Amino acid sequence: MRRSRFLYVPFWATYVFLYLPIVVLVVMSFNSGRSAYTYEGFSLKWYGELARDERVRDGLVNTLIVAAGSTVIATVLGTLLAVGLARHSRSKLLDAIALMPAVLPDLVIAIGLLLFYGLIALTLGLYSTVLAHGLFSMSFVAAVVRTRLANADTSLEEASRDLGAGPVETFVRITLPQLAPGIIAGALLAFTLSLDEFVIAYFTIGNSEQTLPIVIYSMIRFGVTPKINALAAILLLVSFTAVIAGQRMTKIGEARAQD
Amino acid sequence: MKSEVKARPVSRWWGRRLGAFVFLSPGVTYLIVLLLVPLALVLSNTVFRRGRFGGVVYEFTTENFQRLVDPLYLGVVVVSLKLAALTTLVALLIGYPTAYVIAQLPRKWKTVALVAIVLPFWTNFIIRVYAWIILLSGPGVVNSLLGTHMELLYKQGTIVAGLLYSYLPLMVLPLYSAIERLDPQLREASANLGASGFTTFRKVTLPLTVPGVLTGCLFVFVPSFGNFVIPEILGGSKSIMVGNLIRDQFLKARDWPFGATLALALIAVLIVLLLLQAWAARRA
Amino acid sequence: MKLVLKIDGITRRFGEVTALDNVSLEIGQGEFFALLGPSGCGKTTLLRIIAGFETPDAGTVTLDGEDLLSKQPNRRPISLMFQSYALFPHMTVAKNVAYGLEREGLPRQEVKQRVGEVLETVGLSAHAGRKPAQLSGGQRQRVALARSIVKRPRLLLLDEPLSALDKKVRADMQLELKRLQHEVGITFVVVTHDQEEAMSLADRIAVFDSGSVRQVDEPVALYERPRTPFVADFVGANNLFHGTASGLDGIKTDDFGMLAGTPLEELEAGAKALLAVRPEKLELAGESAARGLKGSVLDVSFYGGVSHISVDVPGRAKPVLVAVQGASSVEVGAKVKVRWKAEDAVIMAVDA
Repeated sequence: MRRSRFLYVPFWATYVFLYLPIVVLVVMSFNSGRSAYTYEGFSLKWYGELARDERVRDGLVNTLIVAAGSTVIATVLGTLLAVGLARHSRSKLLDAIALMPAVLPDLVIAIGLLLFYGLIALTLGLYSTVLAHGLFSMSFVAAVVRTRLANADTSLEEASRDLGAGPVETFVRITLPQLAPGIIAGALLAFTLSLDEFVIAYFTIGNSEQTLPIVIYSMIRFGVTPKINALAAILLLVSFTAVIAGQRMTKIGEARAQD
Repeated sequence: MKSEVKARPVSRWWGRRLGAFVFLSPGVTYLIVLLLVPLALVLSNTVFRRGRFGGVVYEFTTENFQRLVDPLYLGVVVVSLKLAALTTLVALLIGYPTAYVIAQLPRKWKTVALVAIVLPFWTNFIIRVYAWIILLSGPGVVNSLLGTHMELLYKQGTIVAGLLYSYLPLMVLPLYSAIERLDPQLREASANLGASGFTTFRKVTLPLTVPGVLTGCLFVFVPSFGNFVIPEILGGSKSIMVGNLIRDQFLKARDWPFGATLALALIAVLIVLLLLQAWAARRA
Repeated sequence: MKLVLKIDGITRRFGEVTALDNVSLEIGQGEFFALLGPSGCGKTTLLRIIAGFETPDAGTVTLDGEDLLSKQPNRRPISLMFQSYALFPHMTVAKNVAYGLEREGLPRQEVKQRVGEVLETVGLSAHAGRKPAQLSGGQRQRVALARSIVKRPRLLLLDEPLSALDKKVRADMQLELKRLQHEVGITFVVVTHDQEEAMSLADRIAVFDSGSVRQVDEPVALYERPRTPFVADFVGANNLFHGTASGLDGIKTDDFGMLAGTPLEELEAGAKALLAVRPEKLELAGESAARGLKGSVLDVSFYGGVSHISVDVPGRAKPVLVAVQGASSVEVGAKVKVRWKAEDAVIMAVDA
């Protein structure tokens, strides 16, 4: 059947719209001049400056710490939660609550946590942000693992129970290996989410530390230089690699599950 | 053998209880402490007052709500609604055809197209906003290429563009999901019965994808409405949207109760939208 | 019979696979025509080409003398009934049926009237306001049928119409379809892999195999005089014996000597040939009978009106199938002889 040619206009417009700024950004990171707007020549000097910037280095370290910590929390709790909801609970309310951190506006979560931390007089720092990131990442991991659970073969678990294994044993020896690709995908997702997250970190990290997105934010408010472009280009590269790796992982997981 | 059979019923009961407990308690505890309690705090803070030095005075008062309906603040809420709605509309107009085309692609290209939509979304949020500054500012790329000197930044249109850029993928994905799930034979049957391409779209495809449309709209509207970074960076330093107001109350003016009230307004709008979506989905 | 649809030299390839290879058919006005073949034989591809959802690599299709292939699918006076029915889930039965008529720009009153009439014909007037999800499989099929015939098309294509139905409903629907076709007078073209279905429904059947038409004939002729080994084996159960042609009344086999049969066409002596004899034409005789193939009974299965007896004949890999009326007193293991009359077995050529 003939497809309307008109549809291709918005189709390509979407991709141009999404990628043009990125292309410009990357190209300008190699600018030899001072301006982030006018291209004067090719140079890697901004990448060098970036490497020397202490604030960026600290920000990167902090971001990695927060991401790693929150990923661990999110993966462990999220997986347990997913199994609990799918296999041991019939409460729709619980399902909704588990989904809330992913659905609520990040601003609302951020101020809620700020109030809470204030109430229990917790000094803000990296760990308060780790806990915060763990919260919404857990929701995403739970969602990913639950999808995987829905497609998994329940008869294997039932067979295990029938043969006398308790729920925990069944989980460890039967369910977990089946879920492994989904859990890894969820962990990758949690890590990426935390790396890029700005709003919640901004509110919960306090004044003494900064994560990379917060560093970038202050750099932008201060003034525009190609150094930011360079940082942006590197982060883009990391994100792209992570997403494509995650894609491959899910493909491998699916292929293996079909054997 | 006999004793095993007797033992199982009892262990099964314990097993079920134990199972639920082991799996659910860590996550649920975490959710209660770090999600439900904070939300309750936000709710309760709306009726308290800001202390003189920025703390919270736990006395019941309705002054926050009275401030909220002040035209000054109400105006900000209205502007936020307007900009979020505009973003959602444009996202729908561009996103639907895009999702439609992707759904028709051969399988190999479908995955590529979808990943390509999602990739920018996984990059750093701030960076994506920054990219627009590069493009649109006075000495920016657009102006240098066109040789003009247009004031493209710090306008409401810029905010919409920034919001659109950030959340367009969130419109395309649920739309794609809904379109993909359609039985292609329904379209063929419609053609066989004499309908043109456009009529088929209008009478068959569109009505059957309404749930996806609603989901996509919700996914774009909610983060757009509560956004503060984009209006701040791309819209200039004026507090133009609800998100900016909330941020200011919490981190600058230190009026947490009022900030909580504003957040409550945000949540209220969100709940109304969710209910609207559920009602519309049921009608379809 | 007036010619309605002429298919001439249609070829369609999908990469390395040839789905249709130079297929030509002629279908007449008012015929109930069946395209029969195993899955993957190309029959559905041909149907989709006629409907307009596939384009052939070569060949023409004309409807009433006019070229059909140049027309868009929504402009062809042909209705297609999908195997899955493809009913619009968000529309009521009445709206589903009215959909095609509305596209013709008819006045609303006329549409309403015709919809009412056709729903009456298929017996679904009471369900006009229901949605497809609320109907049973058989009812849904009748909606699909109503939707197709209300437009009074020149040709109605049906893709495996009875495959989704339970056995009992299927039998009823078979009668329904035949009655409907007679009443409405539209030319029906049915695609099916079920040869019993084809034989009971159709006036003529085209048997397909791997993209080619092997034989086009009326059901009885197809059954009693299959012209190729494929048709002999595919249409109904059959007992096949390979050998070489030997004169006018039999074939010569390696294991059983001369077997009596009637050649369908003149065969060169010594040419490879196949003898086919239907189970119901075989007679079981005692061990000591004069003629017949020697064997022992492997299995006796009672099917209500008919008994199937498989006989293991040494020298044959597959057992010989004998069908007799009613119950049989033959016992498993009994030594028997299987024989038939020459005029009840057909001999055909075997392409190398």
